[in-house]
Amino acid sequence: MAKRIDVKDLNIYYGDFLAVAEVGMAVEPRSVTAFIGPSGCGKSTFLRTLNRMHEVIPGARVEGTVAMDGVDLYGDGVDPVAVRRNVGMVFQRPNPFPTMSIAENVLAGVRLNNRKISKGDANDLVESALQGANLWKEVKDRLARPGSSLSGGQQQRLCIARAIAVKPQVLLMDEPCSALDPISTLAIEDLIAELKNDYTIVIVTHNMQQAARVSDRTAFFNIAGTGMPGRLIEVGPTGTMFSAPTQRATEDYISGRFG
Amino acid sequence: MTTTTSPTAPVGSPGGAPQPPRSARRRWPEGRATRAFRWLATGAGALILVVLAAVALFLIVRAWPALTADGATLGEDISWFPDDSSLLRFVGPLVFGTLLAAVLALLIATPISIGIALFISHYAPRRLANGLGYVIDLLAAIPSVVYGLWGAIWLAPRLSPVWQWLSETLGFIPLFAGPAADPPRVILTVGVVLAAMILPIITAVCREVFLQAPRLHEEAALALGATRWEMIRMAVLPFGRSGIVSAAMLGLGRALGETMAVLMILSPGALYSFNLLQAGQHQTIAANIALQFPEADPTGVSVLIATGLALFVITLAVNMAARAIVARRKEFSGAN
Ligand SMILES: Nc1ncnc2c1ncn2[C@@H]1O[C@H](COP(=O)(O)OP(=O)(O)OP(=O)(O)O)[C@@H](O)[C@H]1O
Ligand SMILES: [Mg+2]
Repeated sequence: MAKRIDVKDLNIYYGDFLAVAEVGMAVEPRSVTAFIGPSGCGKSTFLRTLNRMHEVIPGARVEGTVAMDGVDLYGDGVDPVAVRRNVGMVFQRPNPFPTMSIAENVLAGVRLNNRKISKGDANDLVESALQGANLWKEVKDRLARPGSSLSGGQQQRLCIARAIAVKPQVLLMDEPCSALDPISTLAIEDLIAELKNDYTIVIVTHNMQQAARVSDRTAFFNIAGTGMPGRLIEVGPTGTMFSAPTQRATEDYISGRFG
Repeated sequence: MTTTTSPTAPVGSPGGAPQPPRSARRRWPEGRATRAFRWLATGAGALILVVLAAVALFLIVRAWPALTADGATLGEDISWFPDDSSLLRFVGPLVFGTLLAAVLALLIATPISIGIALFISHYAPRRLANGLGYVIDLLAAIPSVVYGLWGAIWLAPRLSPVWQWLSETLGFIPLFAGPAADPPRVILTVGVVLAAMILPIITAVCREVFLQAPRLHEEAALALGATRWEMIRMAVLPFGRSGIVSAAMLGLGRALGETMAVLMILSPGALYSFNLLQAGQHQTIAANIALQFPEADPTGVSVLIATGLALFVITLAVNMAARAIVARRKEFSGAN
């Protein structure tokens, strides 16, 4: 169920401001692709075009194509709601619904997709999704407590459980560990390593070691200056990107000699 | 923002701010302005309680003669007081009428207000939303008596055929049993006019609340593949629940105390009747006070003040009930 994404000539705008220009790259199925680059270069912006979340911002639009297994997500008659049901997303700040219990949070997306789910199936799904997110053991005795009663790291794993409960084809993660402590971070990295057996994963990170640890392929984005659009500099297997990048800028950034 | 409870989640208390070392504290004494402000705030808070207590005391003291007199005496002394009745039997139908009118108004106004507020906060294009929001704020500021006049003079005659139709088609439900009064000086007309009166304030508060819904959770819902309406149901309405209750209570408070509209529209009666379309069935406390006060002798005034005391108690009870509703699922409110 994992899918391949091909991006071609993508320009991303906020109103008249061109934020990211001329991106072309492929995201391989059943693998982890990491986006790295300095702040403001458009990693989040680009990531959000992969599930059409970009356009929920007033005035935001894109030009170009994002094809998932050959079908352009921005083609005529493609429903953005359907796209988002297939491409899950985990945000930088954990955002479980505070008005729902832990179990309801996990089921939130499923209830949208398929309202009639039997109680038994729902319970099984809650368990399997929480297992999948490595959170089951910690919360199995308090599934009826509010989602906001968990620690930050647990909340983030709850958000991952919520995203994988709908069995998406692709999972996008925007700096999922940036608000977390090292132990929670490791838990999530382990989780990513497991999830990639089933899902196509794209992760934005500011942490080079994290990119090196979890990803199979790495894409480096850069920005020439303020007000200029961000661009994709190069993309390749993570090992090559870290040991022998072809671009000077990539090497500088990775080795910390940046700016 | 409201009399009941702040609709948006309270900001978490600063909690364990580290105490500065003693020497540092001495070097930075509490400023004069800070101290003045603290006294001002405490004073203002105390003043509210004092005023509340003073009102309650006034009502009780002035109502005392009526509260202690027996029904026969009251019936003899006061022309409009029913013979062989008692104060309780007199106040009962008034309380009933007051609550019925206010609840009708609330039932009509709240869903419409929520709809308008949602349209402004989440559906309308930004320009239109700003304009509409401005208009609603203006409408909320117009005194209710103006709506009352409009309702009595313009709206009521136009409702008459609707009530006629309602009693003919739904007359088998006791609520709408016919024949509908014409002119429609009935409680349902009052409910509609009161609804129009409280609509702007409920809408204005709801809109404010919905605009505060955290972007983070709206995006979480959208990213799960929610449509806009589903997103509103998942992230906006649950978040705004306490705010909606507050807004409704604010409206209810206005509706409970509204005098002029009821006075101008309703043909009064003193029954416990759920018959919404017939005249001479109900009366409200506020309208009754306004009607009888100018002609009342001291005993009559005392009776009227006793009914005012009942209104005061109702309002307090309603507010406390609203607070209880809001507090019940506080854990899930998103306040943390
Ligand atoms: N909602 C928005 N409206 C207008 N401009 C925006 C918006 N969000 C981002 N931008 C602009 O788009 C550009 C790219 O921002 P983006 O958030 O994608 O960067 P990023 O690479 O994710 O940075 P970071 O590493 O700090 O998260 C920036 O110039 C930013 O100012
Ligand atoms: Mg970002």
